[in-house]
Amino acid sequence: MPFSRALNAGLRRAMTENDRVIMMGEDIGRLGGVFRVTEGLQAEFGEQRVLDTPLAESGIVGTAIGLAMAGFRPVCEIQFDGFVFPAFDQITSQLAKITNRHEGALSMPVVIRIPYGGHIGAVEHHQESPEVYFTHTPGLRVVSPSTPNDAYWMIQDAITSTDPVIFLEPKSRYWQKGEVDAAARALPLHASRLVRRGTDVTLVGHGAMVATLLQAAALAESEGTSCEVIDLRSLSPVDYGPILDSVRRTGRMVYAQEAPGFTSLGSEVAATVMEKAFYALEAPVLRVSGFDAPFPPAKLEGTFLPDADRILEAVDRTLAY
Amino acid sequence: MHQNTGPDDAPELVRVLAADGSVAPTPAAEPYLELIDALTDAELEGFYRDMFVVRAFDQQATNLQRQGQLALWPPSFGQEAAQVGSARAARPQDHLFPSYREHVVCMIRGVDPVDIIRVMRGLTHGGWNPADPKNGNTHIYTLVLGSQTLHATGLAMGLTLDGKSGSGDPQTDEAVIVYYGDGASSQGDVHEAMVFAASYRTPEVFFLQNNQWAISVPVATQSRSPLYRRGAGYGIPSIPIDGNDVLASYAVTRVALDEARAGAGPRAIEAMTYRMGAHTTSDDPTKYRTADEEESWARRDPIARMRAYLRGRGASDAFFAEVEAQAAAVAEDARVRTAALGGIPTDLMFDHVYTEPHPLIDEQRAWLAGYEASFEEEPS
Repeated sequence: MPFSRALNAGLRRAMTENDRVIMMGEDIGRLGGVFRVTEGLQAEFGEQRVLDTPLAESGIVGTAIGLAMAGFRPVCEIQFDGFVFPAFDQITSQLAKITNRHEGALSMPVVIRIPYGGHIGAVEHHQESPEVYFTHTPGLRVVSPSTPNDAYWMIQDAITSTDPVIFLEPKSRYWQKGEVDAAARALPLHASRLVRRGTDVTLVGHGAMVATLLQAAALAESEGTSCEVIDLRSLSPVDYGPILDSVRRTGRMVYAQEAPGFTSLGSEVAATVMEKAFYALEAPVLRVSGFDAPFPPAKLEGTFLPDADRILEAVDRTLAY
Repeated sequence: MHQNTGPDDAPELVRVLAADGSVAPTPAAEPYLELIDALTDAELEGFYRDMFVVRAFDQQATNLQRQGQLALWPPSFGQEAAQVGSARAARPQDHLFPSYREHVVCMIRGVDPVDIIRVMRGLTHGGWNPADPKNGNTHIYTLVLGSQTLHATGLAMGLTLDGKSGSGDPQTDEAVIVYYGDGASSQGDVHEAMVFAASYRTPEVFFLQNNQWAISVPVATQSRSPLYRRGAGYGIPSIPIDGNDVLASYAVTRVALDEARAGAGPRAIEAMTYRMGAHTTSDDPTKYRTADEEESWARRDPIARMRAYLRGRGASDAFFAEVEAQAAAVAEDARVRTAALGGIPTDLMFDHVYTEPHPLIDEQRAWLAGYEASFEEEPS
């Protein structure tokens, strides 16, 4: 099943199981969303539960907060990553802090779905990686699935959570197919996942980058280097157990991400691994990132975004220590 | 310097009491007179009592800030009529969203004034639980301008979705009233709230207190046309009132809330009033406005106006003396209880960041506990 259909099935199941779950966003009703993730939901659940909102991102998130106060579980769609910033105040100053501000008297079970990342050749504001703005904000949970099965289960787990969840959908994965096991979830929402076993270098990443890491691992294998691959899945909180276990075995780690590297998720994970597994490391943890420049015009995205070769270059560097 | 007077000559302005306390309804007030005539002496005296008591409390809190007991205080001095009239117009089942100056709105709904002081003393970011029945569905203060207008609109959308509004029974149908100021009216969130409210026909009243100044910036810099006229652009009926006339505030809000809860869609009210004090205890109004302007508004004081009106109706000296005594007692009680407020445990900062377990929070809470304990173990 394609990733986008898996999300659609997960949303449908969440709406079926709990009639307080409502969807809201621009063009999500009749159109089914620009990526068709909500396709058919309005026809099935009605206009009262799948709201085509006015074109106003702060309005979407701010009213979702009020709806949560009224006992609903809103799932907001932000149409593209670069359009989340008009809602930034409502997400970081309000949504993230309302439970804390109310001393626990109110919970905020709101999910903000954001298609993010590059590889679709789009114009400015339609390809960004804003994850650390949200991981830096206490009160928010941030997750990003990389497979259809995770998409199907993680969206349901995000909706079930009583905390606000920023749900980052790697848009280049929307059309990728994979098995979905609708009978049982593989992992809890905030668990990282060991994707591929290896012995020489631990490769860690999230979202669309997991597929690139696997590609790099396959290429490294052909050159005689065995790479372990870990999918972070949860960006806040980070599940360090599998990462530390892996690094203690391999002694080397590379983090790859589409986002700019400065004060990034890779920086955070690298620092923590250094603090907690210092004596296991044979080499510094290396980061492979998008450059610290605005996301470029689409014709340059192939250079901007880390590919398997740039990951392998880092693997070579870490092995050279 | 810019002179703020407010559009007192607006043909739509609703005013019942003139500045001298005489009954002199504007033509726009005519539809509301029956509602006002139905008010009992006790209710009218209650409006005065609310205004007088909160002014004493507000002065006490301002003094407490000057004495270093509070980090900050946003005075409500001068805006008592707009707040008391609108709050008394709400029904018990209605939901109220204040910004950060609506002290008497909160008190009328049952919030302990010392819970407001706790926020300004630095003991909490909230102060009270809006879901606790004793707080009368009153939400906590919002410090980011205009944010709460969207929360109010979302909650009002929820009332509609749940069929808690528009059934035709004003005794049970619920509505929402949200407070904001002339400065906040420039914020995008207020605009988006009005777009959503109009689109989804929310049972909601937008209550704008135009106190003429956004800290040091006059309302003319916020809007080149009277703010209430913006309502028409959203399709939201909007009414300007003399915000220093508690009767106008009460009657217009009462009707607007009833219309909203009956399913007629949102309503907006612009209360023309004046902040007689500073924006907060951190600013100095003499730097940005004239004594002439302040005096012109002092002559339109809401409490003096109501006092003259009640005297004309025959209220007794004993009544006024009793209100004075009550106000002094409330202010003194606030002073005493503020001084008695204790500290807060350091690990409070980790409480309620999340509702579900979070390893980073758990780790840091444990680290801080160990760190603090390490000092206790050292010999003194």
